[in-house]
Amino acid sequence: MLRMTKLSKVYRTDSVETHALREFSLQVDEGEFVSVTGPSGSGKTTFLNIAGLLEEFTSGSYELDGRDVAGLDDRERSKLRNEKIGFIFQNFNLIPELDIFDNVDVPLRYRGFNAAERRKRIEHVLDMVGLSSRSKHLPSQLSGGQQQRVAIARALAGEPRFLLADEPTGNLDSQMASSVMDLLHEIHGAGTTIIMVTHEANLASQSQRNIYVRDGRVSSEPGLALANAANG
Amino acid sequence: MFRYYLKLGLLGIRQNPILSGLMVAAIAIGIGACMTMVTIHYVMSGDPIPQKSDQLFYVQLDSWSPTEPADEPNEPPDQVTYLDATALLKAGNARRQVVSYRSGRVIEPAGQESRPFEIDARSTTSDFFAMFSVPFLYGSGWDASADANREQVVVLDRATNERLFGGENSVGERIVMNGDSYRVTGVLDEWLPIPKFYDLTTGEFNDPESVYFPFSVSIDKEIPGHGNTNCWKPVPDGGWQSFLNSECVWMQFWVELHGDEEVREYQAFLDAYAESQKALGRFQRPLNNRLSDVMTHLENGEVVDQSVRILLVLAVLFLVVCLLNTIGLLLAKVMRRSGDICLRRALGAPRAAVFSQYIVEAGVIGLCGGALGVLLTWLGLQGVRGLYSDLEFVKNLAQLDWVMVLTAVVLAILSALGAALYPTWQACRIHPASQLKTL
Repeated sequence: MLRMTKLSKVYRTDSVETHALREFSLQVDEGEFVSVTGPSGSGKTTFLNIAGLLEEFTSGSYELDGRDVAGLDDRERSKLRNEKIGFIFQNFNLIPELDIFDNVDVPLRYRGFNAAERRKRIEHVLDMVGLSSRSKHLPSQLSGGQQQRVAIARALAGEPRFLLADEPTGNLDSQMASSVMDLLHEIHGAGTTIIMVTHEANLASQSQRNIYVRDGRVSSEPGLALANAANG
Repeated sequence: MFRYYLKLGLLGIRQNPILSGLMVAAIAIGIGACMTMVTIHYVMSGDPIPQKSDQLFYVQLDSWSPTEPADEPNEPPDQVTYLDATALLKAGNARRQVVSYRSGRVIEPAGQESRPFEIDARSTTSDFFAMFSVPFLYGSGWDASADANREQVVVLDRATNERLFGGENSVGERIVMNGDSYRVTGVLDEWLPIPKFYDLTTGEFNDPESVYFPFSVSIDKEIPGHGNTNCWKPVPDGGWQSFLNSECVWMQFWVELHGDEEVREYQAFLDAYAESQKALGRFQRPLNNRLSDVMTHLENGEVVDQSVRILLVLAVLFLVVCLLNTIGLLLAKVMRRSGDICLRRALGAPRAAVFSQYIVEAGVIGLCGGALGVLLTWLGLQGVRGLYSDLEFVKNLAQLDWVMVLTAVVLAILSALGAALYPTWQACRIHPASQLKTL
């Protein structure tokens, strides 16, 4: 379970204070598929970064899988991130000089698994995303959709509790986007909690619940959220 | 994880070949320049006889003028007189004692076709070879009875034996020097003490002498020294015998002593000897007799020239400049790869893992720089040899051994790691979320 209570995030420079999140409260239960929508600059990415322990928050509280993350040091945050969270990015973010196998291997290396365990997991997730025959290919040798599938495989290899997806289909054509969404549904069906930031109302509508973010706050009207997303 | 970081390091180098190449070049040039001077300094300041350098003592007696020291501020003469050398030799109060001086001889090879040639010779006593651990290819040195009986015996160095006897075992053969016949008792193996500690007055980096023959014979034949001869008062007329009885210093005296007790006893003996000479009207200065072990003797003799020390400092500074350039290049490389760092952090890499990855990569760059640096050091030393080809001793200084090769590589790696600390620290500070959107 992910629970944020009255969370705020303020970016400060010498002369300017920017409130990215204001008293942001949200609870995502285990096994949910939640979409997060909102206009540009509304705080969606900040929310996702904080949820993924990539950024610290200014005030409020955040519990991830029952653990209060405030005050964790870098090593503990990294360990929690590695074990509990999988990331899917809009730009796939594969490492171009590593082949597919080694890309999926990256989070497992930091997890400390032995070689046999890593190989087993990598082969399993690549098989799951239908790319087991491409394990020795470089990312540049794959299509965009295939690259995103590799990114999903990488996110899943550590068997995380949460999958955080930031515009996962933003760089894909409709056919590939549909294929990626099918994969996400399949993963969700297997029990993984998914939080997906998107601009696309039709994708948001495929989630179980939509959160609309505006001015750093969660909108109080879920029905309005999808309508606004559709307009935005 | 080390192997993983090593793999990433090699990938990182391949990914930015120009930047990586510049870093390797910067380190290699710095190491090359630095190690060229370090090698020369190392050879100059090395222990030429490490197995017993703390058992060999150079004797200095202050027999100098009552009105001024031999050298400022209050140094005794750097050699001894014939009178004192023979007196100490006769007393025989050390385990071994050696008196010697360098001279020149002309060898007249047998056969009509061969022409006489000049060589450097050392007149010395029988203990010389055992005391200085001189290696023999054939035979041995002469014994004390040969000294006492003024036997015309000789030890050849390897090159001279090659020249006279084609490298064959010449023990028992005879050679002619300046018209006198000498019997060969031994042939030296390769022997090149650097510095030539046993006689610093005739070029501390010159080659050892070509032949060695008894001091007693040399004195009988009135063979003068080819090294420094310093006198604080004029030599009275009277030829060779007057010179021998003079206050001129021109020979070196060494003793072998084991342990502090023996050193204290010998020092007391020297002081007592000086007191006895005072009673005879000599040694008019306050007691100032020295016993210096090999390394102290080299230090007193300022074997490592001040200019070499300055050049060494400049070379180290040059390495520092190269490393500063490397820091800049590493920073540029880290900044170019900040996206990769952000991604790895997002995937669970703690700062320590990022630090380790980039430190290992810097180590790989240092290793490459070290390997190239060794090559440049070798070229640098060849350059020094070429530049001073007219100076015979330079070839003895400008040589690279395994210790220096290893030192160069280790220094390069440590330098690269040192240079990488700041850029790597910067890499660890990159905010993990900062570039994930723009990758």
